[in-house]
Amino acid sequence: MHFSKKSLKLMGAAIGVMMLGTVVAGCGSDDSGDTIKVGASFEITGNQANYGSAGYDGLKLAIKQANDAGGINGKKIELVEADTKSEASEAVNAATKLISDDHVKVIVGPMVTANVMAESQTANDEKVPVIAPAGTNPDVTVENGKVKPYIFRSCFIDPQQGTVMAEFATKNLKAKTAVLYLDSSSDYSKSLGKVFKEKFEAAGGKVVMEESFLAKDQDFKAALTKIKTANADVIFVPAYYEEVGKIVKQARELGITAPMLGTDGWDDPKVADIAGADALNNTYFSTHYFEKDEEVQDFLKAFQDEYGHAPNVFAALGYDAGKMLVDALTRAGSTDPDKIAKALEETKDLRVGTGTITMDPKTHNPIKSAVILSMKNGAKELVAKIAPDAE
Amino acid sequence: MDVTQLVQQLINGISLGSIYALIALGYTMIYGIIKLINFAHGDIYMVGAYIGFFSITAAHLGIFPSLLISMIVTGGLGMVIEKLAYKPLRNAPRISVLITAIGVSFFLECTSMYFVSPTPRTFPPVFENVAFHVGPFIVNSQQLLIFGITIVLMLLLTYIVERTKTGKAMRAASYDVETAQLMGIDSDRIISFTFGIGSALAAAAGVLVGVYYNSIDPLMGIMPGVKAFVAAVLGGIGILPGAVVGGLILGVVEALVSGFISSTFRDAAAFAILILVLLFKPTGIFGKNVREKV
Repeated sequence: MHFSKKSLKLMGAAIGVMMLGTVVAGCGSDDSGDTIKVGASFEITGNQANYGSAGYDGLKLAIKQANDAGGINGKKIELVEADTKSEASEAVNAATKLISDDHVKVIVGPMVTANVMAESQTANDEKVPVIAPAGTNPDVTVENGKVKPYIFRSCFIDPQQGTVMAEFATKNLKAKTAVLYLDSSSDYSKSLGKVFKEKFEAAGGKVVMEESFLAKDQDFKAALTKIKTANADVIFVPAYYEEVGKIVKQARELGITAPMLGTDGWDDPKVADIAGADALNNTYFSTHYFEKDEEVQDFLKAFQDEYGHAPNVFAALGYDAGKMLVDALTRAGSTDPDKIAKALEETKDLRVGTGTITMDPKTHNPIKSAVILSMKNGAKELVAKIAPDAE
Repeated sequence: MDVTQLVQQLINGISLGSIYALIALGYTMIYGIIKLINFAHGDIYMVGAYIGFFSITAAHLGIFPSLLISMIVTGGLGMVIEKLAYKPLRNAPRISVLITAIGVSFFLECTSMYFVSPTPRTFPPVFENVAFHVGPFIVNSQQLLIFGITIVLMLLLTYIVERTKTGKAMRAASYDVETAQLMGIDSDRIISFTFGIGSALAAAAGVLVGVYYNSIDPLMGIMPGVKAFVAAVLGGIGILPGAVVGGLILGVVEALVSGFISSTFRDAAAFAILILVLLFKPTGIFGKNVREKV
């Protein structure tokens, strides 16, 4: 591990502040340091670490840019890391530690829907604002029809994606029948499957078969052989890229030629590495941005310069969450949680890495555009850009 | 029932089962000698996959040299693990060794995540995958490769165990370690050798899985490790042909359940087998009922 001079200085400052913090904490206030403590709760270890570590990289970049530009009203942001170990119960522990031991003002993360859902209860009760970078399930910010006052997200939600893909299947691909192949260990996959089925059947289509697999499975051939017999017009696989790559590869090996549809979990170069460019022809997925779009170029370049490789979609979402945080902290002008929450609620026309977002105060979901991409010989092609109010 | 689908599912099941069988062979051998369920075995399989990956990508070797290198290096690793983690506990209660094995498993997973990062890696295309269409059925060359290598390794292993002097010593040690020692067998050396061979087989499975499924990651060993354990118990733990038969049956059952009932019940079926075997025939298919010696 190596530290640049700057990060050493920063660390020195951080240690100084921590020591100062303990002294001041004794007097009943820890608001007088010259950094703003932000909890970074991510899947650092465990089987979702590939998503967590990418999101964390994105967040770190956004915070570094803000600190290099002079910080928030003269104060630097200090990230306090906590590991959810890829488990919902550990995500709650991580949030509790960040709130009661580290006294963070706001938490960013975790990435995976199930983990951020578990965390949101604790944080909302403790009145610490949370930004969920990638939790696309509607229930992350809303409970029993009421918005959770301290929970926000910086990405679009599943119904939007499921609706977009169901419409795409019926209108553009003229599909009449569909097969759902879902990851039964993932809230994300199941909720997308539900929305897709509703919208697809409302538009006159029919879901003829539903099969499921588990995250980290290697062999999908048995279920795919069965799916092949259904002879459906499209196969909808809302899942994460690792399994998606293997599913597409094995489906094509078994001679399944139907178009395969997916969602933002597909958006990773690894899909093409695993499945191969040929197998990916005739696949379509919705995601957050198209890498050749003008407005994402700044982010792509900054990320490439910092880490030496291109970001995946999770890194982009982590970066967006960081941007939203920096903007809200600047406008709040204080570390009072209510003021931060209010500022997050008032986010408007904010340029982030993947586009522009405006917060909907009623649901705490940003109004944000989505794109549908297709894969042609290993390269992404833009099929459609869906305006924010398509929902 | 659709006959075409049935045959295709059997093909799927046998290719998946061959992998379970390769991993289960190592489980069974180690259990046969020191009565240890080596829970780190699935992670050794993962390490084997990574060594194969690096010898293909970094050293630009072909599939067969990489397979060999991975087997040798991982075999060595298995011996080192045995020396450091299990040997000091030779006279400790069995539960201590079992817990140590779980510890070794976590150690291997977390260390690999630190060094090779948790992101999955993809194997370059080293073994061309040709799909053969036999009537309506599809078999591909990689499935044949996996099945072939499993059979060859099992025959080789049977030869070592049945026909060589070391094999004789292994059989003696599995019968009774202390008596074997009294007969002049260096049982420490035999145990070490067993770990080496078992780990090498797991490494072979790891490399083949990497080539076949084209994706490896540091946690890839957990589920196959558990499934191979089921296979070993099903066939009769401690019995070599049992591991292969158990692996193949498990693979076929999983494929049939996914194909004709529902893929949701696939793992439930695999573990139901474990429970049923333990309830009704704990010695497995090939096991004989051995009276407790007094």
